[in-house]
This record gives sequence, structure tokens and C-alpha cells, in this order.
Amino acid sequence: MDFLFNEYILSMIVYCGVNIILAVSLNLVNGFTGQFSIGHAGFMAIGAYLSAYLGMNFHTPFILNTILGGLASAAAGYAVGLPSLRLKGDYLAIVTLGFGEIIRVVLLNIDAVGGARGMYGIPKDGGFFWTYGWAVATIFIISQLMRSTHGRAFLAVREDEIAAEAMGINTTKYKVRAFVISSFFAGIAGALFAHYLCYLNPSSFGFMKSIDVVVMVVLGGMGSITGSVIAACIITLLPEALRPLQEITKIDFRMVIYSLTLIILMLTRPKGLFGNLELSDLWKKYVKRHS
Amino acid sequence: MEEFIQHLINGLSLGSIYALIALGYTMVYGILQLINFAHSDVYMMGAFIGLYSSRFLGIQEKPGLLSFISVLFISMVGCSIVGFLIERLAYRPLRGAPKLNALITAIGVSLFLQYSGQIVFGATPQSFPNILEDADLLALGGVHLTLFDVTIFMTTLSLMLILRYIINSTKLGKAMRAVSYNGQWASLMGIPVNKIISMTFIIGSALAAAGGILVGMKYPKIEPLMGTMIGLKAFVAAVLGGIGNISGAVLGAMIMGIAEEFVVGYGASTYRDALAFGILILILLFRPAGILGKLNVEKV
Amino acid sequence: MFKNLALALTAVIALTSCTKKPSTDGTATSSNANEILVGEYGSMTGSEATFGISTHEGIQLAFKQINNTGGINGKLLKLISLDNQGKPEEAATAVQKLITQNKVVAVLGEVASSRSLAAAPIAQQYKIPMVSPSSTNPKVTEVGDYIFRVCFIDPFQGTVMAKFAAENLKAKKVAIMTDVKSDYSVGLAKFFKEKFEDLGGKVVSEQSYASQDIDFKAQLTAIKAAKPDAIFIPGYYTEVGLISRQAKGLGIKAALLGGDGWDSSKLFEIGKEAIVGGYFSNHYTTESKDKKVQEFISAYKDAYNKVPDGLAAMGYDAAMVLVDAMKRAKEPTPEAIRDQLATTKDFIAVTGKITIDEKRNATKPAVVVQVKGQDKYGYVTTINP
Repeated sequence: MDFLFNEYILSMIVYCGVNIILAVSLNLVNGFTGQFSIGHAGFMAIGAYLSAYLGMNFHTPFILNTILGGLASAAAGYAVGLPSLRLKGDYLAIVTLGFGEIIRVVLLNIDAVGGARGMYGIPKDGGFFWTYGWAVATIFIISQLMRSTHGRAFLAVREDEIAAEAMGINTTKYKVRAFVISSFFAGIAGALFAHYLCYLNPSSFGFMKSIDVVVMVVLGGMGSITGSVIAACIITLLPEALRPLQEITKIDFRMVIYSLTLIILMLTRPKGLFGNLELSDLWKKYVKRHS
Repeated sequence: MEEFIQHLINGLSLGSIYALIALGYTMVYGILQLINFAHSDVYMMGAFIGLYSSRFLGIQEKPGLLSFISVLFISMVGCSIVGFLIERLAYRPLRGAPKLNALITAIGVSLFLQYSGQIVFGATPQSFPNILEDADLLALGGVHLTLFDVTIFMTTLSLMLILRYIINSTKLGKAMRAVSYNGQWASLMGIPVNKIISMTFIIGSALAAAGGILVGMKYPKIEPLMGTMIGLKAFVAAVLGGIGNISGAVLGAMIMGIAEEFVVGYGASTYRDALAFGILILILLFRPAGILGKLNVEKV
Repeated sequence: MFKNLALALTAVIALTSCTKKPSTDGTATSSNANEILVGEYGSMTGSEATFGISTHEGIQLAFKQINNTGGINGKLLKLISLDNQGKPEEAATAVQKLITQNKVVAVLGEVASSRSLAAAPIAQQYKIPMVSPSSTNPKVTEVGDYIFRVCFIDPFQGTVMAKFAAENLKAKKVAIMTDVKSDYSVGLAKFFKEKFEDLGGKVVSEQSYASQDIDFKAQLTAIKAAKPDAIFIPGYYTEVGLISRQAKGLGIKAALLGGDGWDSSKLFEIGKEAIVGGYFSNHYTTESKDKKVQEFISAYKDAYNKVPDGLAAMGYDAAMVLVDAMKRAKEPTPEAIRDQLATTKDFIAVTGKITIDEKRNATKPAVVVQVKGQDKYGYVTTINP
């Protein structure tokens, strides 16, 4: 039982939860709707900073801060998505990347949130139950959404935009919707992160953080929620699991191993760990095979 | 006025550096539709190969044209090999896979080069050897124009012309264009697609090496992570000009260089990095394929 | 497909069991009665790796020397160093691990105030003393009574250079060039400006850059047009070398001023003649005849085959101040070490005589030195707090 009471392990589990929310929400845009966003960290930053700012200066309740943070991110997602989702593929990727970077630079220049020094003394809140509550909510909402008319429309946009348009689906509207929902959860994840770490710095929300989330989505399998959940855990835990190695070798090989793993996994499993299947699909297959 | 001219010179010299790196991005993208994230790290490798080869040859403190050319040559050859290996080992197996996979692999290669570089070369910045002496070519009033500024500008322009010549007027270039248009058809026409793609990477990496050496000379501080920010900006420049278009890359880079210079010089220097992306977003919203790019209208 | 699921699950289980393992290792080593475990966290990789590595080398050297001379009251020191890749959240995780898994009695780190601020609340929460070698932001030690530092704080160092510029250089107009990504640079610039304007000077141009930039000509051209007598560049040696070269290339003749972030052999290696004549505030000068300084420099050269930079010296001193407190403490418990750290007085360190004040900051005089050549710095003046 030592393992449950260890704060370090607990913090890893909480970060896993935060990353699960990020990965699952990005999967809605990148996996299900087939758009390509690499600016997720920017939306996470908006939620994190707003929620932390409210908590510090107005002492508003945690749940309110989180939701307001999420809504602010969603609003930013709308503002970014409406003009830029007309673009496709790599161009969209670069525009989202650009917005992510702009958000970071702007935060770096706002003195009210600490600028380069960062924001410290954020009230500690959230933790395991909040994070996993939200993670479950994210998974539930997105998987239900995918079963609804909206979900079918998202998939139609991914499969063939022109055909979808011909069937009377307003593709831009659906793309923006996916983007806004995804940004909302990114903001929630940011708020949870901020109140758990109690410290924020623009450097936590750089380009690499966005890439990390994209890697989680692709590694897990585009369009597989189960995959995103598992990949989020692996990407969060892998660098920590490799720490003992660093203590032995005295040289930090973690990032080298991480990058090699990434390349090898992409070469050997190009569809990610799960392809576009879910745990339930796998279970059904298993039952079918053995009955 | 003096200040304005100086800013213009600075902007052009910064722009030519972005252009040098942007050329490599745009070429690989033009042929493969792959954002080769590792390009900026090949550029870093170029600078380090330059450093070690000049140490090996004992010409670190012997500036001269001969030292410059020999270091440049070794580094270009070295980087071509690196580029070839990256393509052969990491990108080729993914030829048929979705674009995003290739992109993630490229990011993996980029991280691998950066972090193994930090272990092999050390994380501390190193000073680049003095292989060519810089001098003021022009010091009119307060305006300074140095030899390096001119060298880099001329190199960029001539590389751009050579590349355009290769792509538009040689057999290799014709094959490259064919592969870029449609790989499968090209292969049916008897074009060795894999060989052509390898050549693309070899040329692109040699360009990156030239960039690494020239930047190393002008800004003599090299480190394993030197490629990240400049690579990102060069890539943005390539998109700005219309990615896949050689002249577009140079044009985009010059616009970026000059815009950055004037914004920093006359106002908000803290927003420098945001600016690059701001321009990009504006241009893409109004001209989604970049300044010189052609928009492919999707048909059923 | 089920095979894949099984594969993924085993991977996750393997990973979690991996993370679980060190807890038993950690407790096993801490129960070893002949060892005292000390943790260190720093940026060993990433864009700020050079700072973290220097500090780490200084700390390592200090520990080696102590262990070679018999350790602390018969017990040997064991250093556990963790990398944080220059990320604040990783710094917090690393300290969390050091304290809860490795069960260290004290923590050393970080260079950057941003990462110290992320990690300090955790050290404070578990009541484990933390000594920062070079986090200069005043807020760091305000986190709580277990957080200490051995370096200057921004208000002191900023005012030192402002006084020096106004009184010794008789500068009337200065320009400031700040690294916006570094809280150290922003802090120094802020206090420099306040003090310099108090003393009747005028700041004619304020420019900024971001660490890892390589082109500064735009800022420098704007500064040149403002015709300052001196330019204050409170950044790190990694950029200042290039800035000085480009300033010279543009024909700027104003004196260049800076803080202890300049202290490194790399400054001259990159800047060459352009940086000669620049002034910066530092903790000590390599010219110093002081035995402690000379011994440290030669021991460091023997161990790593290079001249120590300022951050290495700070790391060494942070470790030595901690060791000194441990020696005075009856038992190496976190509380006892904290109490002894708080009463550190006139401890002779490489970077000067360190006294820890009631705010847990080190008070010591600053020296202003002038760059003369490769690892050659001329002593100019001493300014007391």
C-alpha cells in the first residue's frame, strides 16, 4: 500500500490524468475530424492561467475556475478556428502552431501573471479525484458525441470533405465545433495542471508540449480513445520510468531513448497502438473468436 | 535615415540566413509533402562537422579562402551522408503511411539528433573557428556593411539560382518534378523514385550544411539546440513564400527578416517571436497557399 | 488485435512497476547509517543544460572533496542528481521524487528562479531544507523558512551596477538590453533602471531579446541611434558574447555592463576582442590572491579540465554551505540542518564571506571586474551590500 501513499507516484498519476484529457480532446480534432492541430498547449495555457489568476485574486471556488478556464479556451478556440479551419493539412498545422506560440509570447509579456518569472502561490486544489473525474467526463462526453449525429458528421468530414459537403454537412461548422470542444477540455486540463503544480510558467506551454500531445494521439492511434488514454500514460510515465537509468549512468539518456522509441514505434506500428479501434471493439472481436 | 538603411541591411542579412535554411525545407516538401523537422538539426550537424573538421585539419585560427572552402566542402559531404541515412532508415519505410506518421518520425529524428548531440558534443555552447576573416566593406557615416553580410547574401542567391536550374533544366530536376507530381506514375514511367528522393535529401542536407557553416561564421556560437528556433522561423518563411516554391522560400525569408528587423528596431522587441507567426497567419488567411504558391483546387 | 492490447497492457504494467521499484531502493539506501543522502535537481539537458551542468560539476566537486576528507562526522555524503530538462513541472516532480522516494535530507538547486519557485513549495511542505545556488529572484526564499540561497538577489546586483555606472563610469545615459525569457535578466534590468534613475541618470533605450536568439543587430541599431554612454546587458554569457561582437560590428563604442551571468570562459571565446573592456558584477575575481579561490580553481581544473564559470562556483558554495550546516548539526536531520543553515555566519566560501540573513538570503559584497582576455578579469572595485 506504500504505493498509494507516495506523493511522487500520486503526482505521476495525476499528470497522466491531465495528459489523458489533453490527448483525448485533441483526438477529437486530429483523429476523428481529420484536421491537424499542433497548438494544443496554447489552449491549455489559457485555461491554466485564467483559472490560476481567478483562484489567486478572487478566491473563487475551484470548480468555477476550472470551468471558466475551459470556457475561455473554448472561446479562444472559436476565434482561432473560425478563420483558420478553412486551411487544410500542413497549413492548418502551421497556423495552429503559430497561435500556440503567440499565446506563449503574450503570456511572457504580461506582468500581471508573472511574465518570465512565472506565476507562483496558486492555491492547491484538484488532485486525483478532480483530475480523474474530469478525465472520465472527457472520455464519456467525447465517446457519446461520436455516437451521435454530430459524431457521424465529424467522421464524414474526415473521410471525404467534398462528399460530406455534398450530403449537406456544413463542414466548416463541424470543424469549428470539434475545435471548440477540444479547446474547452484543453483549458480544463490546463486548470487542473495549474492548481496541482501551484506554479505556472510560459515555458511549460511551448511548442514541445503541443508536440507531446500530438505524439500521444498518433501513438495511440488516430481516432481511438482507448489508444489516446494508454499512449498518454506511456508518454507521461516513460521519462519517469527511465530515471533510475539516469541515476546509474550519470548521463541523461532519457530523451534519446524517448526519441528512438518514437521512431521505432512509428516504423513498426504505423497505425499507432490501437489503430482506430476501441477497447470495446477488441473485446467484441475476442468474444467472437472464442465463442 | 542612417538608422533606416542600417536596419534594411540587417534585415536582408538576417533574411538570407532564414532563406538558406528555408531552401532545404521547401525542396523536401515540394517533392515529398513532408515537413522535414530534422532539417534544422542537420544544419546543426553541419556547424559541428565544420568545427571538428577544422580542428582536425588544424586550421581553426588560419582564416583564408582555402580554409573556408575545405571546411565547407567537408561539412557538405558529411551532412549529405547524414541526410541520406535519415531518409533511408527513418523516412523510406514510411513511404506509404499517412502523412502524420512521417511527421512524427521526423520529430523523433529531430529530437534524437538534438539530445544525442547534447551528450556527444556537450551542452555548453562552443565558439566556431575563425575560418574566414570578417571585414567592413562599407562604413559610410554610421552604416556598416560587412563581408559576411555580402557573402551570405550572395551564397543564398546563387544557391537559389543553382537549385532552380537543377529543378527546371536538368534530367534529375525533371525526375524530381515527376515524383512530386505523382510518385506512382513516375515509377511507371521508369523513374527510380527512391533514388530521386535520396538525391533530394542529399542536396537538401548539403544546403543545410552550407547554412550551418555560414551561420557559424557570422554568429560564432554553436550548440546542439541551435537549430530549433531558427529552423521554425525558416520553415515559417518557406510557408509564407509558398512552400515547395524555391523563389518563394527566398522571398518569404527576406520578408520575415526585414519585418522582424523593423518591428524590433522601431517598437516592440519583446514580441519578436510572436511577430513571425502573426505575419504568417495573416498571409495564410488571405492567400492560403503562400505568396508564390499555387493553390490546388480539390476536385472530386 | 487482442495481442496488441495485451502488449500495451504489459507495457503499462512494466512501466508502473519500474516507477515503483526505486521506492524500495530509496528506503534501502537511506537506512544505510553511514550515508547522508542529498538531492540535486537541475537542467542537465534541454536549452539551459549548460547552466545545470556547470552547477552540477561544482556540487560534485564539493562532495568529492568532503568525502575524501572523511565525510561529515564519519558519514559519507551521497548525491542523487535528477534532471529536469529545464521545465518547471519536471523540477517539481524531481524534487517530489527526491523527497518522497529517495528520502534525501536536503535538496540543492535550481539555477533558474522559475524552476526554484516551482519546486520550493514541495521542499517547504515536507520540511526539507533547500539551498539554491543561483536563483536570484527575491520571491524564492519567501516561499518558506526551509528555503535558502547563497547568491545575490536581483535588487542588490541591479543596484550595484547602477551605482557603478553612475558613480564610477559617470554615465548619464544608458541603454538596457534584457533577455525576456529569463527572470534573472528581467529582475536585474528592473532594479538597475530604478536605481539608475534615482541617481539622476536616464535610460534612453530599452530593448529585449530572447535567449537562444543569435541576431541582435536590430536592437543594437536602435540603441546606437539613442547614443548611450553605456549598455547594460544583464544576460548570460551564451548571448552576451554575440551581442558584443555585433555591437562592435555596428561601430558602437559605449561601455558594456552586465551581471554575474557573464562569468564564463565562453564569454571571451565567443566575443573575442569585442567583449574586452566590458564590466560585470561578480562574486569573486579569478585574480584574487585568496587561497580558497585559487584552490577551488585548480581543483576544478584538475577534475574537469576547464576553468570554472560563475555557476560552477555557486554550485560548489551551495554544497559547502550545506555541508557546513550539516557538520554543525548534531544529527543530520532536516530540522537540525535547517536550523544550522539559518545561523550560517561569515562562512568563508569561494564566492565571498557568506552570512545568511533573517530572510534566508546570503549577504556578501559584490566585486566589479573588467574583461581583459581569455579568463583574465581585472579587479575594479568592491561594493558592499
